[in-house]
Amino acid sequence: MNATATAAPEARARDAGRPVLGRFPLPLRALGYALVVGAALLYLLPFALQLVTGFKTDPDAAAHPLGLVPTTPTTAAYQRLFGLSQAGDGVPFLRWLGNSTLVAVLVTAGRVLFDSMAGYALARLRFRGRSLLFGFVVGVMAVPGVALLIPKFLVLNTFGLFDTYTGMILPLMVDAAGIFIMKQFFESIPREVEEAARVDGAGVIRTFWSVVLPMARPALITLTILSFQGSWNEFTHFLVATQSGQYETLTTGLARFVSGGLGGGTQYPLKLAAALLATLPVAALFFCFQRYFVQGANSGAVKE
Amino acid sequence: MPFRTTHRTARHLPRGASSGPRPAPGAAGGDPRTAGSPGAPDAPGGSGPKAAPRTPNTPPAGRRRGEGAWGWLFVSPMVLILGLFLVLPILMALWVSLLDWDGQSNPFTGQAKFVGLDNYRTLLTEDGLDRTLFATSLRNNVYYVALTVPLQTGLALVLALIVNQRLLRARGALRTTFFFPSVTSSIAVSTVFLFLFQGSGAVNTLLSWIGVKGPNWFADSRGVLSTLLGGLGIVDPDHPPGVLADHSFMGLSWYEWLSGPSVAMCTIILLAVWTTSGTFMLIFLAALQDIPRELEEAAAIEGVNRRQMLRHITLPALRPVLFLVLTLGTIATWQVFDQVYVMGQGAPGNTTLTPAFLSYSTAFDDADFGQGAAIAFILLVLILLITALQRWALRERGPRPGRNR
Repeated sequence: MNATATAAPEARARDAGRPVLGRFPLPLRALGYALVVGAALLYLLPFALQLVTGFKTDPDAAAHPLGLVPTTPTTAAYQRLFGLSQAGDGVPFLRWLGNSTLVAVLVTAGRVLFDSMAGYALARLRFRGRSLLFGFVVGVMAVPGVALLIPKFLVLNTFGLFDTYTGMILPLMVDAAGIFIMKQFFESIPREVEEAARVDGAGVIRTFWSVVLPMARPALITLTILSFQGSWNEFTHFLVATQSGQYETLTTGLARFVSGGLGGGTQYPLKLAAALLATLPVAALFFCFQRYFVQGANSGAVKE
Repeated sequence: MPFRTTHRTARHLPRGASSGPRPAPGAAGGDPRTAGSPGAPDAPGGSGPKAAPRTPNTPPAGRRRGEGAWGWLFVSPMVLILGLFLVLPILMALWVSLLDWDGQSNPFTGQAKFVGLDNYRTLLTEDGLDRTLFATSLRNNVYYVALTVPLQTGLALVLALIVNQRLLRARGALRTTFFFPSVTSSIAVSTVFLFLFQGSGAVNTLLSWIGVKGPNWFADSRGVLSTLLGGLGIVDPDHPPGVLADHSFMGLSWYEWLSGPSVAMCTIILLAVWTTSGTFMLIFLAALQDIPRELEEAAAIEGVNRRQMLRHITLPALRPVLFLVLTLGTIATWQVFDQVYVMGQGAPGNTTLTPAFLSYSTAFDDADFGQGAAIAFILLVLILLITALQRWALRERGPRPGRNR
């Protein structure tokens, strides 16, 4: 609330925080809170168990799957992941981490640049075929991703990009949803600002780079975060774009390791520790920039 | 500072995006067409003074020389990448789906045998293992969609109503908690669920506290419907009734079609509900906060109780968003892949097999790319049909509120 607000808006603001109907009676309220806390536990407990199990020994994890305190705490799983102990075979975690980081950074950079360029052109520049292209972008958003697994492999294979970093990164560098978000945002910026820049003699690139993009900061942050999250968590594209271990990312590496026919209770501390570390960067981003994730979720609604 | 975000932030972007001169997606195309079609983009200088009043947003045309070229330059990365890695591949796969290709030679030189529609025929009409597998994957996915979509939508709605309670303590923290699984990697959370649902894992330990002996989740291929009916003594799972066992559709007996999702599939359904409800909760929440307060106050003055408020004010206002959530949920659930890859790869007994995974494994594990591509295209058509159907239903229900185009 704005400090200089007059009495009336203040009262309205106070009203807005107040429920329309009265409180629930106390017993109902207690029951409600109990249910809500129970639900919250269901959402938190898996992560808590994941965190704790990473510090257990294999037998401990198998014997006390629900134990929230390791009986014999150990960092063996993490030592193996970071190559500090001999038994790191089969889990080249640092390579996965490096690949994921490389790919996510490059894809994010590409998406932020190319999506905002395309979004700006579709929102502001007049050229022949613009409406057709926008229809194309909307159509692309309707194409289900899993139907593209074999097609993507075919094209990468034909161009000799299969099992290369280029094949992993290049196809992800533009995404239709990001273009849509940027176009929507650019259309909300008043045109007068660009007019003024143009009158001052700025060309299209200059106007875009020094005038429009700085104004689009909130949308750019949203796009950056969504792109990073998306490429960090990407699985299917890397699955069909690569084959050799040297290109494995956290997702493809972990998926192969976990589904790789190892029997039931084996190595869960190691698997869960790796999964936890794979979650950590996006989790950190989430807790720092939650509102941008919230915007992303709501921009899912934009697609319609 | 995650907990400081109030409900207001949930609608930050939609508000910002809708505050400007934002035409609806369909209408957006109208602007360039009216402004630029008679050669204006190429020769804007000539029509300068006249062009300006035609559309209020059109800037003075004199300074816009070469804008058409700039426009194409700006969209060229998009056109190249989407064209090369989305349009072209779809066309290539359409061709490959007509071939008998093992992934070895170049499929575009005529070395692979052209088989016409054979790949589609073996999947849809010819008796055989291929069709049985495909029918099994369809059955599994139908159950997956039929259970996941209502559960995740209902749960998301309830969670949204809860965190929208104005007097609830720690609303922000709760919202963060419910939303967090949605942003994590599907592979990582699948790993966690594998651990939780082991035979002697955390879930079964919990169940044993209340005296229930949990199943061996990922190894249990029994259909829950037939097991349930068997437990009630209505059906004997080992000797299904003759009518159901004797009739079949696409190579699967009626009994197999009707036996329900397997226990293993149910764990994947639980995972999907758990991870996606947060996202849909936020969509509902944004819509809840867009209900005009005056409307609720007027109803309160009329003396409605809580249930009437929900039934006559809140739920009708949410209906458009409800359709949106159902559509997004259906499209997503028909594509389930990552979880299947980690948690079952089709096992046990092909009961976690889905068309998406079958398409992948047929191509990459069995080296039958033509067949795999054919499955992918059937799935593609299926999803597009469902999308079109739901859009049509959406349109029938009248216009949706402005902020959720």
